[in-house]
Amino acid sequence: MALNKDKRMAEEQAEFKQQTKQILKRFGRKRSNLIPILQKVQGKLGYLPREAMLEIAEFLNMPDIDVYSVVTFYNQFRLNPPGKHSIRVCLGTACHMKGGYITLDAWKRRLEIEPSETTPDREFDLDTVACVGCCTMAPVTVVDNKPQGKVEPTKVDGLLLGFELERKKQKPGGQLPTDEA
Amino acid sequence: MKAAELPTIVSTFRDIKDRAESHWRELRDNSKAVIMVGTATCGRAAGAMEVLKALRDEVKKRNLDCPVIEVGCMGHCYSEPNVTITKPGYPPICYAHVNPVIAERLIKEFILGDDPCLEFVLAAAEENDLVPSFSDFPRAQYEKKVVLKNCGQIDPQQIEHYIAHGGYAALSKALQMRPEDIIDEVKRSGLRGRGGAGFPTGQKWETCRYAAGRSKYIICNGDEGDPGAFMDRAIIESDPHSVLEGMIIAGYAVGARYGYIYVRAEYPLAVHRAEIALRQAQKLNLLGKNILGSDFSFDIKTFQGSGAFVCGEETALIESLEGKPGLPYNRPPYPATRGLNGKPTVINNVKTLASICHIIENGAEWFASIGTDGSKGTAVFALAGKVVNTGLAEVPMGTTLRQVIFDVGSGIPNGKRFKAVQIGGPSGGCLPESALDLPIDFDSLTDAGAMMGSGGMIVLDEDDCMVEIARYFLEFTQRESCGKCTFCRLGTKQMLEVLDEITKGKGRIEDIDMLMELAQDIKAGSLCGLGKTAPNPVLTTLRHFRDEYEAHILEGRCPALMCADLITYYIIPEKCERSCDACVGTCTVEAISPNKQRIKVIDQEKCVKCGTCLTACPPQYNAVIKVSPPSEVPAPKKGKTRK
Repeated sequence: MALNKDKRMAEEQAEFKQQTKQILKRFGRKRSNLIPILQKVQGKLGYLPREAMLEIAEFLNMPDIDVYSVVTFYNQFRLNPPGKHSIRVCLGTACHMKGGYITLDAWKRRLEIEPSETTPDREFDLDTVACVGCCTMAPVTVVDNKPQGKVEPTKVDGLLLGFELERKKQKPGGQLPTDEA
Repeated sequence: MKAAELPTIVSTFRDIKDRAESHWRELRDNSKAVIMVGTATCGRAAGAMEVLKALRDEVKKRNLDCPVIEVGCMGHCYSEPNVTITKPGYPPICYAHVNPVIAERLIKEFILGDDPCLEFVLAAAEENDLVPSFSDFPRAQYEKKVVLKNCGQIDPQQIEHYIAHGGYAALSKALQMRPEDIIDEVKRSGLRGRGGAGFPTGQKWETCRYAAGRSKYIICNGDEGDPGAFMDRAIIESDPHSVLEGMIIAGYAVGARYGYIYVRAEYPLAVHRAEIALRQAQKLNLLGKNILGSDFSFDIKTFQGSGAFVCGEETALIESLEGKPGLPYNRPPYPATRGLNGKPTVINNVKTLASICHIIENGAEWFASIGTDGSKGTAVFALAGKVVNTGLAEVPMGTTLRQVIFDVGSGIPNGKRFKAVQIGGPSGGCLPESALDLPIDFDSLTDAGAMMGSGGMIVLDEDDCMVEIARYFLEFTQRESCGKCTFCRLGTKQMLEVLDEITKGKGRIEDIDMLMELAQDIKAGSLCGLGKTAPNPVLTTLRHFRDEYEAHILEGRCPALMCADLITYYIIPEKCERSCDACVGTCTVEAISPNKQRIKVIDQEKCVKCGTCLTACPPQYNAVIKVSPPSEVPAPKKGKTRK
């Protein structure tokens, strides 16, 4: 069993390497390409695994630690895998004054995770965002890249219920359960 | 410019313009109705894409010859999603809060029938006898649209629309001028940078033009990191070509070959629309080699900022463009002499660049005739918070805060009282009612302790706690501090801890002096604008709302009933209606239950203070209240059992 898991991890790592290499083909070996590369790789893999960062450092001929320093400096980059659905709670001024922090509390309570974490079943990841510029719809939560306006604790429950129903609808359709052992 | 090229530029541009105008005439030839849906991010958050789909489906189903096009944001964000219908025989009518059902009705009853569905109307775009128009709104007498002129009127994804509305004429004119004359024109217009600091744009260009170095750069700073500001997003989403045109003219004036549009990755739609605009401009040779047949070549690329507030600072922005962490460095040398890759670089805000084409087209004198002595032109504000008409507003410099908040924004909703206005984001400050008659310009706002900032304006009412808002901004700057300067890194952390304690009712009265002292040190000991201005929210709230700090510290009371640790929710038994269960069902943590008399009681142990019960309690009972300090809540009477 443990062997299986190791094998799967190795396969996954090889896959990350492969896909990073594919993306790197489109870029020149200039340091100024670092951020666009990281954005593209994260866009493809969902996050920046260690293997991808090492690959990028080698490609740009720069120390590994410098890639890591850029990745951790900017809020956009993440080091852990995302969930199936992304929840981004806006904490801009307007959202804050209209109760964005209460909305964040509600998400935390329901998903039982802290910001920048992913639920153990990898269904949801929770994060905050400084401002998405929809201040007139405050408080805003960006759910799967779609800004949702006026998200108060009751709407949090409503949105989660929507996902729940969707999952139930898909189940009888014969979708294989993911083995998250 | 060589004399032989002038006729080429004129004739090339005339061809492009003719084609664009015929394209526009075809769309608006007055024989068919045209539907425009506002699909900027603010519209999308309100459901504009569903409305767009409903309209397109309906048009297709009924086989109508009625184009449905996407436009940007008109600035009336409070009434999103907006749909504007232009039907022959009617003025263009704008509808508010449209949903797919209303959309279907508009097609059935207005496009097919003759009922303009007046119940959904926001206003007409032109004066007429049928419906009130935007010019009848009180805000019309203060607004002056220059930069926002095209927003919401054209499809940002079709360059023809922009050209048909006079776009790129300024570029054609500029290419026939000498670069020195363009710089002179911009200098005479008195245009000051719209990113917040208000540096004269012409002067920056001149420095860059005469700086040594062959390759130079133009950067459009669209890293609008201020929480609560969305002007730049709206402009790039609604009228990207006006920004491109400004950049190309800037490039010609300073002798640059390349440009970058730096947009936050949090604005995916803005990035997308800027990229479409770039491709279209390249196709028409408005960008690229030998623009319009002249000997000037210029290329622009987009760059996505990765979500660091400090990157709005120009030197940090350059660092991040070079692929490094965005740490600001010391100036001088200013980027205008040594910037990106060590080359002279002009960095201008989105709104600055969007103003350029209007200055070139209408002349410096026209632009200088708007505004005040020290600040020329218009100011674009993003109005948000506790104000009725949230959205975008463009007013001449010198308009007072009162006019913007009460006339343009229609005041405070729900009959609440105005308390303060927060201007300039984390670098700005909170101004109280006594400052409302200040004219808005760069200098008067700085004198009042706030700053123009990039133009976010958050209105606060009596329910907003000033200590909490100061704490909020400090939390933001503390998190976003890049960590280079000690005072900014550690000082903001220290201030935040003090403020945290105060909002929890654990503050000491000496803390106020300590905050003042720390604020001065941080201002003096920081390199860039982030640190220099980070204490502003604390300083202005201390200056104008010291009593609130004292109430928190001395009485453990939050006067605005906002700080969670200092309030308790309480249901007044005399007011609670026995037959009503509204709060019980909505409580997100099941903390409310009826007692034996069916009067609802909150279990304070379970309560998370989310306020849902307060909203749920029907207005005829109004039994839920907030109490501060929590010790004021009457103890439950003996003999009452919960559950």
